[in-house]
Amino acid sequence: MSKEPVAVVGIGQTKHVAARRDVSIAGLVREAARRALDDAELGWADIDAVVIGKAPDFFEGVMMPELYLADALGAVGKPMLRVHTAGSVGGSTALVAANLVASRVHSTVLTLAFEKQSESNAMWGLSLPIPFQQPLLAGAGGFFAPHVRAYMRRSGAPDTVGSLVAYKDRRNALKNPYAHLHEHGITLEKVQASPMLWDPIRYSETCPSSDGACAMVLTDRAGAARSPRPPAWMLGGAMRSEPTLFAGKDAVSPQAGKDCAADVYRQAAIADPRRDIDAVEMYVPFSWYEPMWLENLGFAEEGEGWKLTESGVTELDGDLPVNMSGGVLSTNPIGASGMIRFAEAALQVRGQAGEHQVDRARKVLGHAYGGGSQFFSMWLVGAAAPDS
Amino acid sequence: MRDIALVAFAQTDHRRTSEELSEVEMLMPVLHDVLGQTGLKTADIGFTCSGSSDYLAGRAFSFTLALDGVGAWPPISESHVEMDGAWALYEAWTKLLTGDADTALVYSYGKSSPGSVRDVLTRQLDPYYVAPLWPDSVALAALQAQALVDAGETDEPALAAVGARSRADAGSNPHAQLRGSVAQGDYVVRPLRTGDCPPIGDGAAAVILAAGERARELCGRPAWIRGIDHRIEAHSLGVRDLTDSPSTRLAAEKAGAFDRPVDTAELHAPFSSQEVVLRKALRLGDEVRVNPSGGALAANPIMAAGLIRIGEAAARIHRGESDRALAHATSGPCLQQNLVAVLEGDPR
Repeated sequence: MSKEPVAVVGIGQTKHVAARRDVSIAGLVREAARRALDDAELGWADIDAVVIGKAPDFFEGVMMPELYLADALGAVGKPMLRVHTAGSVGGSTALVAANLVASRVHSTVLTLAFEKQSESNAMWGLSLPIPFQQPLLAGAGGFFAPHVRAYMRRSGAPDTVGSLVAYKDRRNALKNPYAHLHEHGITLEKVQASPMLWDPIRYSETCPSSDGACAMVLTDRAGAARSPRPPAWMLGGAMRSEPTLFAGKDAVSPQAGKDCAADVYRQAAIADPRRDIDAVEMYVPFSWYEPMWLENLGFAEEGEGWKLTESGVTELDGDLPVNMSGGVLSTNPIGASGMIRFAEAALQVRGQAGEHQVDRARKVLGHAYGGGSQFFSMWLVGAAAPDS
Repeated sequence: MRDIALVAFAQTDHRRTSEELSEVEMLMPVLHDVLGQTGLKTADIGFTCSGSSDYLAGRAFSFTLALDGVGAWPPISESHVEMDGAWALYEAWTKLLTGDADTALVYSYGKSSPGSVRDVLTRQLDPYYVAPLWPDSVALAALQAQALVDAGETDEPALAAVGARSRADAGSNPHAQLRGSVAQGDYVVRPLRTGDCPPIGDGAAAVILAAGERARELCGRPAWIRGIDHRIEAHSLGVRDLTDSPSTRLAAEKAGAFDRPVDTAELHAPFSSQEVVLRKALRLGDEVRVNPSGGALAANPIMAAGLIRIGEAAARIHRGESDRALAHATSGPCLQQNLVAVLEGDPR
């Protein structure tokens, strides 16, 4: 028996900002969920189950907050699942929800991911000292900076590539009303003059801390037929994990990322991702991860990813636009960031991305990663149903 | 729908403290145990899913290190829920239903010993209106117990009998933390006495799921999942009838538990009073063998205790001691969220 096709028929986001002091955590998630339902023209009663994801509970100081959020998400009397797979969680959450539809356990599922970073301090939430373990020190940047440096050495990429990515993503964010950072006066010179935080990562090449939520309504073929707006169809989806640290680990281009992409491409019959995929929403929390992931995902040969960035291929009007929404570099409610990638990919193939819409976006990849470059989740969505 | 079964189950000996072991060290023996039972290697497993809580571990991303115990190299298809392992099993079940995988490894673990678990669990409550008051898990369970007593559903001697029966049954369970005769003791929070409360301890569990013929190859008598469902209730205790569990009843209906009688039920009732609620919701009569393992009153490693109920029910089917068993898991204060699975063995 084949899987039920899965369609995205509703997408909702909050306006991402540094601190949403006007709403509780429940108010934040309900706002995104309500917008996704409105987009699908559905009510709470149309939802069979809720799948929620977020990054570590220490980021808000609430243990297993889904228990408290059951009411706000209309989940009372329904199944509710809570996913946590580190930074990739927003993507993983969508994939777990998609499986509920694909397996025909449920017809219509609400999936949502959020982070309300202003409730706490994520950098220090990540930096609790643990006996006998390598300290993370001040947050994720310190962990990833050496991997970026390794990439620069390995590829021979010029020092300026990172700033090109940041300059592009921050400009793209100006076209996305939901993006956190709207830096109207941004220039390449300003990016390159910003303070060095974790060499070689500068302040303007780093993601912000955001409060935000993202929700999607996923449904089966019958649900998609009733959809008031064009659905996005899931053509492939996969997760892969590998250990944090081990001898022989390639921190620059992890095998788990390559395997995950290969699985998605196999499901979606993608022979050449560079040719067959129209755009990518990629998890780039530090600018240099764009060229690194371009290689890891098979869009460029090893050591060649930076050339795509440098030559403008990944610009909004380029041949392979990357992070049309402004990406994680412009908006980072950590637990939601992966789902925003997945949702933005779906918006593109639905033709609903507004000012940051890519012309003729038929197949778009959503990508997320987390932990020590060890957890990967991806999906490929298309404008046409998988078997049509 | 594809037929999916539990084909192996393993658990640690649950103990008050395991301070000499990391989570990975606690977990590795049970992972090796279930793999050994089936002859599978990590690379043979199609999907891996786990359940645990950062708040018990006292650190963010605590589950990432557990992957070292799994041996996730070459990379594996893997996911994690911040829930009891029973819900990890549910996620794995849906993954197998899609046909993407034929086997799944499910594990969960929890160490309650490093902190004060009564205080830690208060962090699960509404962060604005309830958590600041620090009502602890025993106090909330006592509210529920008192509501049952007031409604004439039970009394203190009946509650004491639940605890005594559980620990007596645990006498034949080498993994249990409390076994044999245990004093009912003083009130912890009235009307609950020491004997009505679960032991605090550390532990881990693992199961392997397999689909169709693969299950028959791996296990002499697979425990087929005939139905599994879970439901959540409102969070605020003030809007719930604490003497009933509509979410358990609905999950049981959806799982087909009422279609035919079960001979065995493994209930995740950390407090004696909660067994009273669950028996009512699940319409379990005296003819049903309830918690032959001793249940959560004999060993309650948080985040694993629900998965252990499913594992214990399956193990009885594997051993030929049950033909149709119900397994239940719970999460949240006063049975807020509940999962019910119905397992069956092939006819003998």
